[in-house]
Amino acid sequence: MENLEQFRAETREWLEANCPEDMRQPMRSDEDQCWGGRNWIFKSEGQKLWLERMAEKGWTAPRWPAEYGGGGLSGSEAKILGEEMGRIGARRPLSSFGLDMLGPALLLYATEEQKQQYIPDIINGKIRWCQGYSEPNAGSDLASLRTKAEDMGDHYLINGSKVWTSYADKADWIFCLVRTDFDCPKHEGISFLLFDMTTEGVSTKPIKLISGTSPFCETFFDNVQVPKTQLVGTLNKGWEIAKYLLTHERAMIGGFGLAGGGMKGMGQMAAAKRGTKDGRLRDASLRAEASAFEIDEMAFGLTIERITDETKAGQGTGASSSILKMYGTELNKLRQELFMAIGATDALNFDTDSKGALVRSWLRSKANSIEGGTTEVQLNIIAKRILGLPA
Amino acid sequence: MILSEEQQLLKDSAKAFLSESAPISALRAMRDAGDDHMPELWSKMSEMGWPGIVIPDAYSGLEFGYVGAGVVLEEMGRTLALSPFLSSAVVAASLINQLGSEQQKEKYLPSIATGELTAVLAADESGFFDLEDIATSATANDGGYTLSGSKRGVIDGHNADLLLIVTNGDEGMSVFAVEKDAAGVSCETRLIVDSQRAADISLDSVVVSSDALMGTLGGASDALEFTIDVAAACSAAEMLGISIEAFERTVGYLKEREQFGSKIGTFQGLQHRAAQLFAEIEVSKSAVLAALQALDENSEKRSVLASMAKAKCAKVVRNATEEGVQMHGGIGMTDEFDIGFFMKRAAVCRQAYGDYHYHADRFASLRGY
Repeated sequence: MENLEQFRAETREWLEANCPEDMRQPMRSDEDQCWGGRNWIFKSEGQKLWLERMAEKGWTAPRWPAEYGGGGLSGSEAKILGEEMGRIGARRPLSSFGLDMLGPALLLYATEEQKQQYIPDIINGKIRWCQGYSEPNAGSDLASLRTKAEDMGDHYLINGSKVWTSYADKADWIFCLVRTDFDCPKHEGISFLLFDMTTEGVSTKPIKLISGTSPFCETFFDNVQVPKTQLVGTLNKGWEIAKYLLTHERAMIGGFGLAGGGMKGMGQMAAAKRGTKDGRLRDASLRAEASAFEIDEMAFGLTIERITDETKAGQGTGASSSILKMYGTELNKLRQELFMAIGATDALNFDTDSKGALVRSWLRSKANSIEGGTTEVQLNIIAKRILGLPA
Repeated sequence: MILSEEQQLLKDSAKAFLSESAPISALRAMRDAGDDHMPELWSKMSEMGWPGIVIPDAYSGLEFGYVGAGVVLEEMGRTLALSPFLSSAVVAASLINQLGSEQQKEKYLPSIATGELTAVLAADESGFFDLEDIATSATANDGGYTLSGSKRGVIDGHNADLLLIVTNGDEGMSVFAVEKDAAGVSCETRLIVDSQRAADISLDSVVVSSDALMGTLGGASDALEFTIDVAAACSAAEMLGISIEAFERTVGYLKEREQFGSKIGTFQGLQHRAAQLFAEIEVSKSAVLAALQALDENSEKRSVLASMAKAKCAKVVRNATEEGVQMHGGIGMTDEFDIGFFMKRAAVCRQAYGDYHYHADRFASLRGY
């Protein structure tokens, strides 16, 4: 316990000394996130310094092993780091699919050589990854994917296409599900490949969404050659890796349900905008809705904490990522609805500058309960895997 | 946020004891016999020391804390065990411990801890559990006070030995410990939906000595707020148990009942609602545990968490029992089938110590809007 207190004191001191002032301001929109990668242009000197300093300590990936550049922290230490970052409102230094999805799968399934090649560049933000999962005819039913990888001796030859590839046009590398065997049940015959997005034959086309932005792409593979050393895990056994990675993706998307660090509560924001009478939010209906929302938001945050603690103690219930994904995304959609209500008619502004950020963010949130497995797919998983309801 | 080994052991032994000694069939038998409480069950609980769970060691309690009381209440919710555990051993004992003088604590807490003495909080006058509605008055007379007013819907009130009467006046709120058989105290009872009785208590110029005043005149507000937190968090724990049991019984039924040639649990329309409810119950579990832990730590977030937990669990238990009856179909509406008992107890727990609206409103005020 004493060591933890010491760790807290040292962490607090280090963060105070090293977190740049502009990295302690709440993020105003998605634009403020730092994604890293070969082509990343830092928004400020502070953003650059913050990533470099955190990466050097391995604290972009606090719990990953130090031998690959991670922080090597225990669960309790990582929790303290999170709390201390929250205390000063420090932003996450790096948003990354490498950190949230690929890394945990590599740590479990990759060869030693692969770990050494890929993990350090995830931690320091040098390589930005994208996820090649969904296909035009394989969305919620992901395992029916058809992108083909043929064995050509020393390499695989990839042909096919992916859709809803987040930021494929900005990513350096892709982790990709491909079919390596067509003559077997659909969950078998899938393999997990890594390759560089600059490889000849890879092309991307951004998809314009209802929000007017294009965070997703169509991604095409036309005779793309991938060295066999870039296969992760066993040939035809990629579905296991895909599922493991999905649990991390769900946990990440479910995290959208959490209140942002350093932000005022929904009710207080509403009171500031709408005004108060006798100390109460003037609109009783809005007050009731804000209160109901904050109660769920708080209980959800505690649930993430509880499930994390239970998992650490080896008491975790399987498929809990489905609960978090489903609940967190529905909560975030409600949050965005309340932001719109509080923003009133000004919130309708669709300008491309920051004035339109609110409405875009509201529109964007509608994808939360679709991407990473729809709410309905999560409910299927809970019903079957946890409740054991018959098929 | 996990239970300690001792807390888990207590939970397991409570579960084993209650399923053996207080199954739903015991509640049904009590009702059918025209009774409204279970004195034998309370004796057995007392033998195990349960009434002393939150009472400090210095007053012969187990000092096991609110998480301890909560895990027992969760199990009580599962079997719908009727007892004055929440009202006397948890709520009233907490108020006495917060507010009472050394002498008063010595006088009451050890006998509450053994289960011999039962006490209840008599605060509510409007039925909405709003302390601002309290009009019962305490007038100083030579060497004591005269209490006048009436209290409404006090569960366990007619069976309790000691009433903790909340009064209000210019000086603020006060609490008096009044023996139930004191001159001028009268009780009328009403049968309520879960087969218990609630008491409407009249205080007609009840003369008490100054020893009956807990703490100072007009100085009870903070202790009452703490007591509301205790009552809210612990009643949330009981509702959590009701939700879990009603849900498990319902899922069991979905796996067994056949219609249209298949188990009704194969229908996606029902699967999704069950899965949704499961997630809500998981979320309310965390709300309850956090609120109980905050009481044990006396954290500054105590009141916010307590009202959050009560509001959340009230909503979820309503959903769990309503879906329970709905998914059982016609049989769920019959008295012969047990699922309705859960809906009835839930209705009482939802309203006890402030309902959803009371606590959602309190939550908003505590959060500054």
